[in-house]
Amino acid sequence: MNSTKYSNTRATLAIARASFRSILRSPSAVVFSLAFPLIFIVVFANIGGGGMSVDVGVAKGCDTLNPIYKVLAQNKIIKLIKDETPDEMQKNLAKGTIDAIIDLKPMVPMKPMQVNVQYSHASGDKGGVLKSVLNNIFYRIQSEQFKRIQQISGIPIPNAVDLKETVVTGREYKYIDFILPGQLGFSLLSSGVFGTAFVFLSLRITLVIKRFFATPVKRSSIVLGEAIARVVFALLGALFIIVIGHFVFGFTLIHGVVTVLNMLVLCTIGLIIFMGFGFTISGLAKNESSIPPISNIVTMPQFLLSGTFFSVSAFPVWLQHISRVLPLTHLNDAMRKVAFEGAGLGDVTHQLFILLLWGIGVYAVAVKTFKWE
Amino acid sequence: MANQPIITVKNLVKNYGDFEAVKGLSFEVYEGEIFGLLGPNGAGKTTTLEIIETLREKTSGEVIVDGFNIDNNADEIKKRIGVQLQAAGYYPNLNLSELIVLFSGLYGVNKTPTEMLEKVALTDKGKAKFKDLSGGQKQRFSIATTLINNPRIIFLDEPTTGLDPQARRNLWDLIREIRDHGTTVVITTHYMDEAEVLCDRVAFVDGGHIIGIDTPDHFIDELVAKGFERKKQVKAANLEDVFINLTGKEWREA
Repeated sequence: MNSTKYSNTRATLAIARASFRSILRSPSAVVFSLAFPLIFIVVFANIGGGGMSVDVGVAKGCDTLNPIYKVLAQNKIIKLIKDETPDEMQKNLAKGTIDAIIDLKPMVPMKPMQVNVQYSHASGDKGGVLKSVLNNIFYRIQSEQFKRIQQISGIPIPNAVDLKETVVTGREYKYIDFILPGQLGFSLLSSGVFGTAFVFLSLRITLVIKRFFATPVKRSSIVLGEAIARVVFALLGALFIIVIGHFVFGFTLIHGVVTVLNMLVLCTIGLIIFMGFGFTISGLAKNESSIPPISNIVTMPQFLLSGTFFSVSAFPVWLQHISRVLPLTHLNDAMRKVAFEGAGLGDVTHQLFILLLWGIGVYAVAVKTFKWE
Repeated sequence: MANQPIITVKNLVKNYGDFEAVKGLSFEVYEGEIFGLLGPNGAGKTTTLEIIETLREKTSGEVIVDGFNIDNNADEIKKRIGVQLQAAGYYPNLNLSELIVLFSGLYGVNKTPTEMLEKVALTDKGKAKFKDLSGGQKQRFSIATTLINNPRIIFLDEPTTGLDPQARRNLWDLIREIRDHGTTVVITTHYMDEAEVLCDRVAFVDGGHIIGIDTPDHFIDELVAKGFERKKQVKAANLEDVFINLTGKEWREA
């Protein structure tokens, strides 16, 4: 028998260490927390550059020496497709996999250029983009012609518009600045909800918790130990993602280390709230196979509606109201403000307040539904 | 042995709703003995054990373990007992050494994995996962975790169920060794041959009542004195003796 006083701290740390080891060795935890966010970041950072591309089929017999063709070929948004048969092209146009078909006739001096463009209803706004690109080209060609006419005839032709364009120098908002905080938030959400729910359910079903109760360990030590392990793992994961994001993809960290620390504080707050969902689900689930469906009810709407991939402001207003209720929206908001705008935690008190309300609500439910045995 | 009671159970009652699982059990376990709790499934053995182990609330009655009352000294009792649960798993993804470290932390004692694994002859399995062990190894490891806090009493719930004869006999040796080091052992089993050779005293539980408590020898003598006769004459050896004789005594757990 031990004569020394029993230490709850020691017991808590023993559980934390065991749990941390266990998480590190569980493939799903590592995949969810590190691989998924990184894959999403890599994918979106690469397609995110221009944002949009318009696929334009080049009709057979199209004059590729035509100046319009040359301008189009240099345009970064326009992707010219030349290797399809006319038949395929028509079909794809109808499906919307190509956005337009262009046919330029060879130039005949002193005659207007023959330009035939087919658009498709199937491809949404992209036809409009091509149309305005073409109009821009026509306008410049026309201006050239006017200039020549003016030189020959001497009749002044007034400019319809006197365009002055200036570009303000500002911080470049890269897509990585948007996507990384969103991925971070979502990785915390899935790790908090799925991880916590699975661990506590399996500890309960396999009687590990019951065996723990035969030792002098306190219930609070079990919960706290598990929480510490999950938070430490999530923070290491977040740090890893931020560092890769910063050095490989140029993620903006305005105040450097201070920004990182602020982000980690936000991560911790977010994770603690999401773990509350996990505790609740572990109590509601009867067995391991009922965890994924229940967890998805919590995570999927937030995955889609909380500004993980695209800004909430892109949604219709009624949907934005729903988005504004979800905790991940506010975590993402706060995270972006801190990372990109250089806000301190004091500047995101509105978001923190809503997260606090969620925390209180979720844990009130978790306390009621959580089962030890 | 001066028959000093280390566990005293008086009028123990446990109801699950309307169902009375345990109906006024009273018995004593003496210090330093191997005490067997025997009875059919659903007799209330596991419920009784779990109440003594502080894992389950009782409905009424009194339980004293090593001088501490279960009502107000559960934590002191937990420090003095070792518990092996029927079919309990261990923390996932950890190896045996790491599990021993975890339990040392939970009990607040300083035990090295090697010293604990040595006691149950599993030193070469320190890096193995619990789920990869054989049945006998699993039970021995479970017993190792019950010994971490140098308990006064250990509780073993059906430790030999599903083991082959070699593993079973080796586990008996281990349990006797633990008893010989001064630890009281409370065990449940469905194998009467096991209770006969292993237990110093046994209690029969049925329908939530204790229907008899004595040494195995006394019970058998009593029955024989009543004129009981086996249908088949008992020979000097049984089939298990043949099995052990033919296959050898050593463990088969590679």
